[in-house]
Parts: sequence; C-alpha cells; structure tokens
Amino acid sequence: MLNFTLWDILSNLLLAARWTVLLSLIAFVSGGAAGLLLLVARVSPLPPLRIAARLFIEIFQGTPLLMQLFIVFFALPLIGIETTAWTAAAVGLTLFTAAYLAEIWRGCVEAVPKGQWEASASLALTFGEQMRHVILPQALRIAVPPTVGFSVQVVKGTAVTSIIGFVEVTKAGTMITNATFQPFLVYGLVGLIYFALCYPLSLSAKALERKLNVAR
Amino acid sequence: MAYSFDFSSLLDYTPVLVDGVATTIGLTAVSTVLGVALGIGGAAARTSTVKPLAVLVGAYVELIRNTPFLVQLFFIFFGLPSLGIRLAEWQAAVLAMVINLGAYSTEIIRAGIEATPKGQIEAGASLGMTGPQIFRYVVLGPAMAKIWPALTSQVVIVMLGSSVCSQIAAEELSFAANFIQSRNFRPFEVYFLATALYLALAVGLRWVFGLMGRRMFAKGVSRA
Repeated sequence: MLNFTLWDILSNLLLAARWTVLLSLIAFVSGGAAGLLLLVARVSPLPPLRIAARLFIEIFQGTPLLMQLFIVFFALPLIGIETTAWTAAAVGLTLFTAAYLAEIWRGCVEAVPKGQWEASASLALTFGEQMRHVILPQALRIAVPPTVGFSVQVVKGTAVTSIIGFVEVTKAGTMITNATFQPFLVYGLVGLIYFALCYPLSLSAKALERKLNVAR
Repeated sequence: MAYSFDFSSLLDYTPVLVDGVATTIGLTAVSTVLGVALGIGGAAARTSTVKPLAVLVGAYVELIRNTPFLVQLFFIFFGLPSLGIRLAEWQAAVLAMVINLGAYSTEIIRAGIEATPKGQIEAGASLGMTGPQIFRYVVLGPAMAKIWPALTSQVVIVMLGSSVCSQIAAEELSFAANFIQSRNFRPFEVYFLATALYLALAVGLRWVFGLMGRRMFAKGVSRA
C-alpha cells in the first residue's frame, strides 16, 4: 500500500484550491455584472421588467443551488450548448450570485432617501441619469460591506459544484479520501482551507461596516 | 433539434417524490427546532459575562459560518467514524443541519439581544429578577420578535441547503430526483420538478413562519 504524508495531502488540496478561487472570482465578477442589470430592472419604472426581475430573484433564492446547477448542467445541451463541469459551474454560480446581489443591492438603493429621487426627477433627469448620477453613487457606499460579506457565500457555494464533477478543493478532498482512507484528516484540512479563504473576507466585511457606521 | 419534454413518465415515481418531500420536511423541522434552541443557548453564552464561554461560542460561530455546509456534512459523516462515532445518514444530516443553523441563529439572535435597550434589563433587575429570569422574560421575547424575518430566511436557506445531504445518501428530495433520473433518463424534467417542489417548500416555510410570528409576538413582527 502507498503511504501518503501529510504534505502530500495538503499540497494536492492546495493545488485544487486554485480552482475554488478562480471559480469564485468568475462567479463573483460575472454575477456582479448580471446582478447590476437585474437590479436596474428590479427598480425600473417599467412594470414588466420589474416583475420579471422579481420572479428571477424569487426563483433563485427559493431553490437549492444544487438543483440550479443540475438544471443548468442538463438544460444547456437542450439549447445546443455543450456542457462541461466548468461551464455549468460558472453559469450556475453566476445566476445564483446575480440573484442574491441584486436583492442585497436593492436594499441599498432603497436606503437612499426618497427625496433624492424626487429632487433629481425635478431636475428633469431620466431614470438612467438618476441611477447613474444620483442614486447609484450613494447606494454603492452602503453596498460595499454586505457585498464583501456575500462573497463568503460565493466561495462556499463553489463546494456544491463538486457534485456535478467540478474538481475543486471539496472534490479533491473526496478523491484524496478515497485513496488515503483518512476522511477525518482530509475533510478537516478542506474545512481549514475554506476557513482561510473566507474568514479574511468576513473580517473585512465587519471592518467596513464599522467604518461606515462611524462615518455616518 | 427541438427537445420534446415528457413529464408524464414522472407520474410512476410519485411515491418516491412524496417520500423525498416528506424527508426534506422532516429533516428541516427537526433541525429547525434543535438549531434555534442551540442558537438561543449560543446567543446567551455569547452575550454572557463568562468570557471563556463567549469566546468558545464565538469560535464555533466563525468556524461554521466560514466553511461550506457540504464539507461540514462530509466531516461529520465520513470523518467522525475515525473517532468511533458512526451515524446513520439521516442522523448525520440532522446533526450537520443543527450545527449549521445553530451557528447562524446564534449570530442572528445575538444581534436581536444587543438591540434590547439597557434600561429594560435594569428595570428587570430592579424588580428583583435573576439573570436567567431577565433573559427569559425581558430580553429574549423582544429579541426574537425583532429578528424573526432574518431567522425565517436562515431556516429557508438551511432547508434548501439540505439538498446536498443526498451526497451522503440521506433519502430526501434531491436524492429522490437523482434516483428517478437514473431510471427514466429524463434528468431535465426530474430536476425541474424537484426545483419547483423546493420552491413550493420555501414559500410554504415562509408562510408557516409568518403565521407563527403573528401568533407568538402580540405586537407583530418588525419588518426588516
């Protein structure tokens, strides 16, 4: 039987953690962009857009990420897109992130006093101009801490992509466990790697929140 | 090539889906009761004057909140047997869900407790109430009323998160979906239906919590 040293296990987990980080970044950036579009639709003056955005958000917040990934994985081929674990994971996590960020940011937009909308409307700004010059700059400031806080959920969400066969740190942990028969050690290390990725994000979210409260 | 949808083949598997939904509801119900109880205890410990206890619970909260539920589940189901603790699939699922919800609800309830005005606690003390009495009668009620919407959201998240328990072969709704698609080879239809069922469960759960909130808190639940 082969023997695995602690370093063998840890180094392989850390190599796999690259993909966790990369997938998190992709999901966060593209999810953020999609979330911004969704947010604009959610607060737009056009009822059909508002309703569609609301429906999207309700559906993605009311169903498990795992089911979303499965559906993306099996539905994309139906519209002629070949799915790999990569595309399914990236698309699934992007949609999930977009729904949550749009809802978080909506709270921030609504925190901007109504008078600001009215004042900018009285200056004859269009909806787009109001958003760009008056509302978003103010909402953005409030939005930073919860957005950083949510990034933790994105990193943790990538663990679920292991189930559709994306090899990141959780999947690597499962594979290494199957070879070493040391689940306690391996999953313990996997947990610690996630903690090392997420805890700094949690801390900075908390610090940003404190800073913002002092500034107010 | 147009795909022809066929949901009719799912009809044969109705009992499997019903079992799956029942298990998901059961897992969620048990872990909600135990998890919120753990959260109340945790919040009491975190806000207590006994420093080591507060620090210990703080570490538990941070550790759980910064690691994925799936990894917690795997650690409990696959890892604990190394220590001689062997759990059935549903036991491991419940334990993982309780520990997970316990950490989040500790933090949520603590926020509610810290929002309680100091004067109320002093008023309770001036009536000769003991510490635990003050916590139970003065602090906890208003705190729960305040954080009820946040707690509701967290319970929904835990219910949805239970879908990954299929990975340790706990026979809940996702497990049922996997089981069916491995037989009728209609993964899209099966997962679509399972997702719709989860959505219905989430809406139902919010409704139940809304009802409970209105019953339990006379002044109504504050809207966050």
